[in-house]
Amino acid sequence: MGDPLTFRTDGAHEEPAVTLDSFLDQSNATAVRLEPGEDARALLPYLDRLALVEVAFPAFRDGRGYSAARILRESGYTGELRAQGDVLVDQLAYMRRCGFDSFAPEKPLDPAVVKTSLERYEHPYQATIDGRAPIWKLRHG
Amino acid sequence: MYQYDTYDQSAVDARVEEFRDQVARRLSGALSEDQFKPLRLMNGLYLQLHAYMLRVAVPYGTLSGQQMHMLAHIARKYDRGYGHFTTRQNIQYNWIKLDEAPDILAELATVEMHAIQTSGNCIRNISSDQYAGAAADEVADPRPWAELLRQWSSFHPEFSYLPRKFKICVIASAEDRAAMRLHDIGIELVKRDGVLGGRIFAGGGMGRTPMIAPEIKDFVAADDLLSYLEAALRVYNRHGRRDNIYKARIKILIHEIGAKEYKRQVEEEFAHVKTLGIDPPLAEFDRIAAFFAPPAWEQGLSDDLDLSDPDFRLWVDQNVIAHQTPGYAIANISLKPIGGIPGDASADQIDLMADLATRYSFDELRVTHAQNIVLPHVKKADLYTIWQALDEAGLATANLDLISDIIACPGLDYCSLANARSIPLAQKIGQRFADPERQRDLGELKLKISGCINACGHHHAGHIGILGVDRKGTENYQLLFGGSGAEDVSLAKIIGPGFSEDGVVDAIEKATDVYKALRTDGERFVDTYRRVGMDPFKEAIYG
Repeated sequence: MGDPLTFRTDGAHEEPAVTLDSFLDQSNATAVRLEPGEDARALLPYLDRLALVEVAFPAFRDGRGYSAARILRESGYTGELRAQGDVLVDQLAYMRRCGFDSFAPEKPLDPAVVKTSLERYEHPYQATIDGRAPIWKLRHG
Repeated sequence: MYQYDTYDQSAVDARVEEFRDQVARRLSGALSEDQFKPLRLMNGLYLQLHAYMLRVAVPYGTLSGQQMHMLAHIARKYDRGYGHFTTRQNIQYNWIKLDEAPDILAELATVEMHAIQTSGNCIRNISSDQYAGAAADEVADPRPWAELLRQWSSFHPEFSYLPRKFKICVIASAEDRAAMRLHDIGIELVKRDGVLGGRIFAGGGMGRTPMIAPEIKDFVAADDLLSYLEAALRVYNRHGRRDNIYKARIKILIHEIGAKEYKRQVEEEFAHVKTLGIDPPLAEFDRIAAFFAPPAWEQGLSDDLDLSDPDFRLWVDQNVIAHQTPGYAIANISLKPIGGIPGDASADQIDLMADLATRYSFDELRVTHAQNIVLPHVKKADLYTIWQALDEAGLATANLDLISDIIACPGLDYCSLANARSIPLAQKIGQRFADPERQRDLGELKLKISGCINACGHHHAGHIGILGVDRKGTENYQLLFGGSGAEDVSLAKIIGPGFSEDGVVDAIEKATDVYKALRTDGERFVDTYRRVGMDPFKEAIYG
């Protein structure tokens, strides 16, 4: 697997992520991996020392990671939020909107298609944590 | 009616180009069928038994004459000259070619239509009362709320890969004409201290495990609604089952943890979500609502009707409903002619209905969950002319809510999931009870047929429901009594062993004989059944 695709100025965090259980058991890890069934809110007491949360997508159809990402961002997490696994180009835009800023897809993505996909929708309908103004805000200033 | 601004239009246009690109990548082999499937489903494209089926969204069942003409055009140009109106107030085309699907979406976008999220494990088309804005009994027009939800749910980044599909319904009358409590979330608009808000029900649905949605919140104000729904969906997205597709709907989650616990989790999530500022200002609601302002009614119209033509009189008695404005009426166009395919209309018929809407109904039509069409705002003085035009086109069947006004799924004639055919059975039942006098004597009798346990034909909600199953390689039909999708919502119960296709028609006839013998004044079939129970019916049918 090559370097993750990142949208952060500080690049990808290099420390390998540990499981949630081992993260909660030790005090010095700064990178953790969340499986789909694990509760992102278990990380909330530790957001300050986390540099990387890797959210696993074993199958792209399992959308729990989208909620995990938003919960972390909504709670003030600013470190790297990485989607890893069955991450496909057609899901990238939604993942970005939920707060993911790096991607480690199992199968490489075509950079040209990534670019087109991310730029496809100019304005979103919903307010999310990604900071883009929702259409209702543009309508009403 | 709502009209797109440049934001809405550019989103729909972008979707067309996105899907064109996805189809190209599928055809080139860059996308596997497994990867392509959820993408095409989110654009309404299913692979059925014989061809692709495209389901086009009719948001909350409302459309203009121009949009209706476009549906006719698509039926002619890309299908076999007809379309099928569905129980989700949408329209389906059954003979679509994959490489033409992007062109169809492009044509739809020219009239502010799309097929976005008409399938897939996402928030589906918002359904509503087909008489919205016309019904005499509504507390408000539910469509501005539905449009607000359409925009919020379109391309929702967090809720596009839910455990399973998610259906939301908004109504605004005590009389439920949209099966609100059989939705994943049902919203009934109510007034409290003069303020309009939503009473929220969650966890209803049909399918193989039918459930009636319990109330989870007695009142949510307009400016909290999206936060509340966001919280409700988030709890479902995180905790809904994903280990078994048949247990993945929200109704199973709520059944397993209990409505009280689900509500507690939603409230907790809402307390957090409400701090995020995701609710549009009321100015946005007002902007949307302005599109649904009542049309310029003519004042001083007469309520008199010349009913000297007996056939016209029958149609008025059965298919025309009181309007909230003097001099106007709501006209139902039945797509259930005796011997026809429930919900089907030819391109010519669709064009005619579009023309009638433009000329006589302020350019508006509605699609009902019972697979009929409504002209919501017609002058009583125009009813006779409208009826004559409908009659000439085979669209004046006077059977609204009668036994031949059957809801039926496409069944084994089209659907890859079906175990039995639904359409031929609907045709046989219609023919058996073809005599209009006999149907009217039986009164309101909602008959609903599903060709498999997925229950697309709403058999659980039928006064009489029929479920097609496969028994050792032959089609077999189980009979259920006592369901309702209305405000007296209830789930139908299987009465006993199943029947052959002809056998089930005979059994229904026997049941209607029992009803006629036992009914008291004003009792509908379902009322008599509820009062006397199943035994007299079973005795007549199996005895």
